[in-house]
Amino acid sequence: MPAYLARRLVQAALILLGVAAITYLLLYMLPADPARMVAGRSAGKEQVEMVRMQLGLDRPIWEQFGSYMWKLLQGDLGRSYLQRVQVTELLGARLPASLLLMVGAIFCELVIGVTLGMIAGLRRGTAVDQTLMVVALVFISTPQFVIALSLLYVFAYWLGWFSIGGYGEFQHLVLPSLTLGLLGGGWYARVTRSSVIEVLRQDFIRTARAKGLDRWRIVLVHILPNAVLPIIAMVGIDIGYFMGSIVVVESVFGWPGIGQLTWQAIQQIDIPIIMGVTLLSACAIVLGNLLADLVAPLIDPRIKLR
Amino acid sequence: MAVSASAHPTPLLKLDGLRVAFATPTGPATIVDGLSFILGAGETLCIAGESGSGKSVTALSLMGLLPKPGGRVTAGSAMFLGRDLFKLGEREMQEIRGDDIAMIFQEPMTSLNPVLSIGTQMTEGLRRHKGLGEREAETRAIAVLDSVRIPEARRRMKQFPHELSGGMRQRVMIAMAMSCDPKVLIADEPTTALDVTIQAQILELMSDLQKQTGMAIILITHDMGVVAEMADRVIVMRHGKVVEQGAVKSLFTAPQADYTRALLAAVPKFANGKNAPGETPRPEPILSVRDLIVRFDVKGGFFHRTKQRVHAVEKISFDLAPGETLALVGESGCGKSTTARAIMHLSPFAGSVKVAGKETAGLTGEALRALRRDVQMIFQDPHASLDPRMSVGDLVGEPLVIHGLANGKELADRVADLFERVGLKPDHMTRFPHEFSGGQRQRICIARALGLNPRIIIADECVSALDVSIQAQILALLKKLRAELGLSYLFISHDMAVVEQISHRVAVMYLGQIVETGPTKEVLGNPQHPYTQKLLAAVPIPDPARRGLARRRLEGEVPSPFRPANYVPQYLNYRDLGGGHLVATQ
Repeated sequence: MPAYLARRLVQAALILLGVAAITYLLLYMLPADPARMVAGRSAGKEQVEMVRMQLGLDRPIWEQFGSYMWKLLQGDLGRSYLQRVQVTELLGARLPASLLLMVGAIFCELVIGVTLGMIAGLRRGTAVDQTLMVVALVFISTPQFVIALSLLYVFAYWLGWFSIGGYGEFQHLVLPSLTLGLLGGGWYARVTRSSVIEVLRQDFIRTARAKGLDRWRIVLVHILPNAVLPIIAMVGIDIGYFMGSIVVVESVFGWPGIGQLTWQAIQQIDIPIIMGVTLLSACAIVLGNLLADLVAPLIDPRIKLR
Repeated sequence: MAVSASAHPTPLLKLDGLRVAFATPTGPATIVDGLSFILGAGETLCIAGESGSGKSVTALSLMGLLPKPGGRVTAGSAMFLGRDLFKLGEREMQEIRGDDIAMIFQEPMTSLNPVLSIGTQMTEGLRRHKGLGEREAETRAIAVLDSVRIPEARRRMKQFPHELSGGMRQRVMIAMAMSCDPKVLIADEPTTALDVTIQAQILELMSDLQKQTGMAIILITHDMGVVAEMADRVIVMRHGKVVEQGAVKSLFTAPQADYTRALLAAVPKFANGKNAPGETPRPEPILSVRDLIVRFDVKGGFFHRTKQRVHAVEKISFDLAPGETLALVGESGCGKSTTARAIMHLSPFAGSVKVAGKETAGLTGEALRALRRDVQMIFQDPHASLDPRMSVGDLVGEPLVIHGLANGKELADRVADLFERVGLKPDHMTRFPHEFSGGQRQRICIARALGLNPRIIIADECVSALDVSIQAQILALLKKLRAELGLSYLFISHDMAVVEQISHRVAVMYLGQIVETGPTKEVLGNPQHPYTQKLLAAVPIPDPARRGLARRRLEGEVPSPFRPANYVPQYLNYRDLGGGHLVATQ
């Protein structure tokens, strides 16, 4: 186990370095000029060159890249071009809000997805099953801003249960988490359903019934743990997906997380921030997958980490 | 033809006129039609029949476990302790299931929940039916595990199913069924998936438990050897109807129905080598295997280094002459299938494999394809080895297309010819695999293997999944093809009676090595190695008069072939008993 963990962490570090290198070079090839963005629209050619020198963008690409990577190894993500603050500081200030949102979203999608999927799978072929699957499909295929605005309209404006935006209280967390959770929940419902149907076919369910166990025990103890196994791997992957969706959801709800920071940085070609956010996302994906792999053997004893 | 109740002083279960129907796209189909029997306390009733006879469905309907929706009891009653099981609701059936009537199933590998510990699965029935607390249930569970002779019962409680062997899992299944002291135990093919020595152990265990507890057993099986070994009374079923019913002795000595006679005649009788074909002349071998080694690495740790190795095959050598059949026998995990895979280059190996005098080790690309033309393979499961989306004509023709040997009209002619050769109608070529029965599918697989005019056919348990009557037909077909085409077979099987019928020579494998080899008559008639003797003693004999005759207490299981990475295997030395009969010395 320690050897496994060590190997996975080394792998993770290598992946992050790879992501850093590729992203850096891609950003360099972008046909936009960060120096021009920083200097402003009205700045003259000389001013732009000044800024370019200040930011060190006049140096050859390999030198820039080398120094970025060298600093990165020391945990330094550089300074934002526009905000003139360390990127680590910017990310650090906004990370807790995004993490909180992500936890809320994963909770929502698990509860929604596994519940709907279990009910649909156990009632396979009935009207209940068909209705739930249509609902899941709607969750999956509706654009996030539509879900976000609909939720706001119904629960905040119309019913008045939640405030329209804000941060700091539990009630502020509900709607953004739900927005992110419904989409994932739709996916999970479909996956859970088919995995429940698969589990129901297994011989050991027949054994459980032959023992005279009641329905609840069979569903909760014998079916559920087997049915959620594929979901766990999906959560690991989803964390990466959230990093993308968070940009939309955070701007709709005015959530002070990295999503908004990212959005601004992309508009302003603030390369150090874009790099920082990208690396953070990569980190989240890698760690999310590692976490999923570590949790899986807790449920399924057949999985051995080595 | 129900037996009168007076013959059974204490009728426990009285089944009368059971009819079960299943919903199919073409309307309801009657799967069981008019089955009646009386089961007395302490009695063993065997329901025997081939696949589709409705024997398993009978068991499931008694348990109220027919698949829903689909299966339904449409007529009949099952009086058990004064109540009709078919009239009880789900709640009441739950009270009976696992408590008064318990059931064990065929597949020990999949019948236990993989994510729950043995302890959880052992105690949940006790807590449900006997109202025991966690502690009491645990104590009782350990006692029951002891009674089914599971070593270190207390430690097993914390283990998970995948940590146990198939035989151990079936013991756990039996322990689970026995835990609430059932009055009736229904066993649906309980030993079919097990190795023969383990089968003998499990059957013996079931008889012992029956003697101790006085429970009645309904044993469902296709294996007449098992019937002869276990039954007091037998019901023979076919297509859902009772063909014959009676005491086991009279059924075997004087079967009344034609079907019973045919069924008994089709059962391969193991005769300690007396039925074996004589040896064939042995010129230059067509297949020559020398010091074949197959090992699989199990990696782990930070640098993913090899931590353990599975020593699947360790330096085995044998020759196969043209027109000869060599049987590789042994229990699961002994390396017999791995040997076949290595010869086909489906698994990396060390050592030498010569086909028609030509070394094949290290061949790649076109040369390897040429080898595959000479050596073809037939597998155990004819359902899984045919692509369901291809017509059977395309399936049989595919090897010819891949090897560029025929196309167009010529291809169609060749395929038609192959169909006739294996006893299928050429106009069935456009049909799909699901339209054929198991036996016909195996014929299709054989036709496919024959397409390339191979010289050697490796048959890996190719009749194990078939009913005995079909098995006999396929064996006859294999013998006919061998005579007509001069084929050599490497025949892999665990069934000694089948091996005796078809093979000229036998090699007994144990833990990746051959422990005894020689002419079939010699090895099966005069086994020298203790493992061969044990294997042969475990073969169930379809004759109730010889019940338990050759039986000794067969303890223990085959040890694991997993070894530490630095393990140096010990190689066996052989003693020559003359006539090519070699036996490993200790």
